[in-house]
Amino acid sequence: MELAGALRQTQALKSQVEAASGVTLSDCYQCGKCSAGCPVAFAMDYTPRQVIRLLQLGLGEEALKSHTPWLCASCQACYTRCPREVNLPRLMEAVRQEARRRGMINEKKVDIFDQAFLSSVERYGRAHEMGLMIQYNLQSGQPFKDALLAPPLLFKGKISPIPAKIKNVAEVKNIFARARAKGGGRH
Amino acid sequence: MKYAYYPGCSLEATAKEYNQSAKMVARHLGVELWEIPDWSCCGATAAHNNDHLLSLALPARNLALAEAEGLDVAVPCAACFNRLRAAEAAVRGSESMRATISEIIGRDYRATNKARAFLDVMVNGVGLEKIKEQVVKPLAGLKLAAYYGCLLVRPPELTAFDDPEDPMTMDHLIQALGGEAVSWSYKTECCGGSLATARTDIGVRMIYQILRHARDAGAEGIVTACPLCFLNLDMRQNQAAASHGEQLNLPIFYFTELMGIALGYAPKDLGLTTHFVNPVPMLEVREILRHPATRRETA
Repeated sequence: MELAGALRQTQALKSQVEAASGVTLSDCYQCGKCSAGCPVAFAMDYTPRQVIRLLQLGLGEEALKSHTPWLCASCQACYTRCPREVNLPRLMEAVRQEARRRGMINEKKVDIFDQAFLSSVERYGRAHEMGLMIQYNLQSGQPFKDALLAPPLLFKGKISPIPAKIKNVAEVKNIFARARAKGGGRH
Repeated sequence: MKYAYYPGCSLEATAKEYNQSAKMVARHLGVELWEIPDWSCCGATAAHNNDHLLSLALPARNLALAEAEGLDVAVPCAACFNRLRAAEAAVRGSESMRATISEIIGRDYRATNKARAFLDVMVNGVGLEKIKEQVVKPLAGLKLAAYYGCLLVRPPELTAFDDPEDPMTMDHLIQALGGEAVSWSYKTECCGGSLATARTDIGVRMIYQILRHARDAGAEGIVTACPLCFLNLDMRQNQAAASHGEQLNLPIFYFTELMGIALGYAPKDLGLTTHFVNPVPMLEVREILRHPATRRETA
């Protein structure tokens, strides 16, 4: 009985990730081309090929623990080269979003950056680079990170302490609200 | 030739040189740019990492504003271009997605218009012959590495204007401007994007590889078409080089800046004086900025 329950759970995770990403996991025949060309592979715990393998084998829990989906730069090299046209960046997104839902934020700094970016867009309609850098630094506990870059950026007029706010911020706020209400959507 | 113009957030801030030079060369070459009024952020990587519908709806709002005017959209930023194209493709490919996105943005959007990379507008819209005719200060055989990065050329079914592995659009532009495009193997390698901020230890290694390979191929500078690539290669160059005990001093350019130089505009008017790695001394040493008289901005 227990075994059957565990099997059901791994099947559920598999089909959930497939539905969210539009990827059919069995399409991958493990050639490894994705990982050979991945520019971030050197920093990953599992290579992209291994993440797919974990999912194929029903070891999705292990994939959810991986840092790989959080480090994927979405550079699209793997997807462009995949002989089976597996959309790996979309799969990484789906795994990452599922991990996040379960509170498994494996790369906290990456997540803090993304959330700071999105909150800036929601608030002003545009990304305010200086504000989001400050928010990122404070929340990630590195208040002085890149501090030496700030004065020249300000001096060159490349960042501003005042955010550029669009007139129709309400419209962008509504976009966030409606997308959220639809639960982020499937592929 | 008229386009809606979507600068994107970076071009108002860290990439203001790109905005400045893009507008200047467009005007010079008779391309009318209608900046989308009250445009909003495309959501960039952060949106598609977190919420698929949001990542399509944010760019769709801007596309819808241009569609109402019946205009294609010229997009300098490679990341914005990619996100706009993704929204376009999703809406074009599915009636239910079209309805969903229109509902989320509160505007009717049918994807009858197209986003075009600013590089594509210049090279394939205006054309290399016309650009060549306007060159008054050729780049004197300056050896340059055309760096495309990811989002301008991948995935090809979205970007659809050059080869994803060995793109040549920017190489041909460099040649048309009188420079020499070096052959190198890192032209489409990823710079790490926002990893340079969120995981600087990882980002800096990726940046270093690109810089090193450009230098080893004999490049005197790198040409980009993306604000994030530019920022990483320029602002973080010292940090990346220092992590390997080196100093590189490799100027980074937006292709529009080099077009502006070759068309005769002054470095200051194009924004070349606000780079971290100052490119002006090299242009002076190579006597590219010498006669005939530099054009003054007439705006």
